[in-house]
Amino acid sequence: MSNAVSPQSSVRPSSGFWKKNQQTLAPWLFLAPGMLMFVIYVLVPIFQSIWISFHDWDGLGEQVWIGFGNYAELLDDDTFYVALKNNLIWLVLYLLSIPAGLAAALFLNQTVAGIRLYKSLFFFPFVISQVVVGLMFTWFYAPDFGLFSKLTEWLTGEQIAVLADERFVTYGIIVAGLWPQTAYCMILYLTGLNNINPEQVEAARMDGAKGFKLLWNIILPQLGPATFIAMVVTVIGSLRSFDLVSVMTAGGPYGSSQVLSYFMYEQALSEYGFRMGYGAAIAVVLFLIMMVFISLFIVRMLRQERNA
Amino acid sequence: MFPTPIEKASRFVQVGYKILLPVALFLWLLPLIGVAITSVRPAGDLAAGNYFGIPSAFAGVENYTAVFRDSPIGWYILNSFKVTIPTVIGAVALSCLTGFALAVYKFKSNLVLFFLFVAGNFIPFQILMVPVRDMTLRAGLYDTTMGLVLFHVAFQTGFCTLFMRNFIKGLPFALIESARVEGVSEWRIFRHIVLPLMRPAIAALSVLVFTFVWNDYFWATVLVQGQHAMPVTAGLYSLNGQWVAAWHLVSAGSIVAALPPVAMFFLMQRHFIAGLTLGATKG
Repeated sequence: MSNAVSPQSSVRPSSGFWKKNQQTLAPWLFLAPGMLMFVIYVLVPIFQSIWISFHDWDGLGEQVWIGFGNYAELLDDDTFYVALKNNLIWLVLYLLSIPAGLAAALFLNQTVAGIRLYKSLFFFPFVISQVVVGLMFTWFYAPDFGLFSKLTEWLTGEQIAVLADERFVTYGIIVAGLWPQTAYCMILYLTGLNNINPEQVEAARMDGAKGFKLLWNIILPQLGPATFIAMVVTVIGSLRSFDLVSVMTAGGPYGSSQVLSYFMYEQALSEYGFRMGYGAAIAVVLFLIMMVFISLFIVRMLRQERNA
Repeated sequence: MFPTPIEKASRFVQVGYKILLPVALFLWLLPLIGVAITSVRPAGDLAAGNYFGIPSAFAGVENYTAVFRDSPIGWYILNSFKVTIPTVIGAVALSCLTGFALAVYKFKSNLVLFFLFVAGNFIPFQILMVPVRDMTLRAGLYDTTMGLVLFHVAFQTGFCTLFMRNFIKGLPFALIESARVEGVSEWRIFRHIVLPLMRPAIAALSVLVFTFVWNDYFWATVLVQGQHAMPVTAGLYSLNGQWVAAWHLVSAGSIVAALPPVAMFFLMQRHFIAGLTLGATKG
C-alpha cells in the first residue's frame, strides 16, 4: 500500500498529519494557553470552594470534614440575614441607575457646542476607583463638617451622620454606588440612542406621537439591547458590592451595612479569625444567588447567538 | 433623533438648556470637585473649620509634595503599574488567541466554551478567594505583584475572550476562506490576516483592562499584605487610616491614585466607550 502515501508527505512526512488535521487541531492550540489559565484560576477554584465549604479549616492546619455544618451555622447567624437583606436592598435600589442613566442620556443627547466634553465629564465617576469614590462620599457624609450633614442640619435642625446610623448606612453607601453605575448606564444608552432608526422616529412623529408616548412605544423597544446590558452589569455589580462597603464602613456600625461579599471576606480573612470553611460557605451562597441571574442572562444570550 | 433636537425648541428652552448643562454637571461632579478643592487647601483651613469655603491660600504644591514625601504612595503607584501593564499584555494576548479560535472554527464544544468564559466573568470573586489565595501562597507568589498579575490575566481573559470573539465574528469571513484555499497555514492566517484587523479591539480592550485592574481593590487586599507589592487602591485605603482627619492629604492621595485611569480614558476615549458598549446597540 505504499502507493497510498501522497508524494507531499513522502517529502515532508512530519507535516502530513498536521496538514490533514490542521482544521481540527488548530482551535485547540489557539485555546490552550487561555483555557489553561482560566481553568487553573477560575474553574477549579469554584469547585475547591464548594469542597472547602464542607470543612472546618483555618487555612493552615488540617481540613476537618463537617458536612453541612457551616451551612447550618449560617442559618443561625443573625449577620447572615442582615447581609442577605442588605444585598436585596442593594439589588433593588441599584436598578435605579438604569432609569437614571436613561434620563441622563436623554438630557445629554443633543448637539450643542461642547456636548462631547459634557458627556465624557458625566461619565467620569465610572473611571475612578471605587476606593476613591468611597473616600469621597465618606467625606461628603462626615459628621460636623460633611456637606451632607450640614445640609441635613440646615433642613431639619438635626445632623444625620449617615455612616454611623444603622437606619441609613446601607442607603448612604448605595447612593455612592449609584453615582458611577448611573454614569455607566448613561453611556450604554447614549450609544443606543445614537443607533436609533431616525426614519421610524420621524414616521411616529408624523403620526402625532411625541414626548413620553414616543419614548415608550418607539424609542425604548429599540433600546432593548442597551437595557439588557445595563441590567446585566447592574445586577452583577450590586451583588458584587464589596469595595464601597469595605472602604466606607467595613460592614458597620454593628454589622448593619454588611453584605454577603464583605461578610465572607471578614470571616475568612480578618482579625475575627481565619474561618476559611465558613467563608467558603457564604461565598457558595452568594455564588448560587448569582448563578440564578447568570443563567438567565446566558440563556438569553444563547438564544441571540442561535438566531444570529 | 430623540429627544427633539434642541435647535427646534423655543429660544427660551434653548437658553434654559444651555444654562442647565453646566449646573447639572457641577452638581453631578460635586463630590469630585469638593475633593479636588480640598486637595489644595492648607491644613490650617481644616483646623479652622473652613471645609467648603474658598481655600485661604493655594497649598496644592505643599499637599501633593507631602503626600509623596511622607507616604509610600509613589511606591504604591509603581506597584500598580507593575501589576496593570503585564496584565493588559497577558490578557489581551491570550484572548486574541481564544477569541480567534472561538470565532473562526466550528467544533462541537465551541458555544459551551464560549459561554463558560462569559459566565466566568460574572461570578462573584469571593467564590475564588480562598483557593486562589491558598494557591498563590503555596506557589510562593503571595505578597508579590506577580501573584496579582497571574490571577488578573486569568480572570480578565473571560471578558476579553467574549469581546475578541464577537469582534472577530464581525470581520469578513471570506478573507479567511480565500486564504485557506490558497493553502495558507492557520497560524499565518491569524498572524497576518486577522491580527492586523484586530487593532481597534486590542486598543479598546487594553484601556478597559487597564482601568479594571488599576481600580481593583479586592484582590489587592487578598493577595498582598506588605507595602512592597501593594497597589495604590489598597495603599490609599491604608493611608486613610494613618491620615485621620488630614482630609487635605487624603484628597490629594485620592486624586493621585485616580489620575492614571482618568488620563487613559481621556487619551483613548473612543476606544474605551466602544469597548464598554459592545453589544449595547445590536442583538
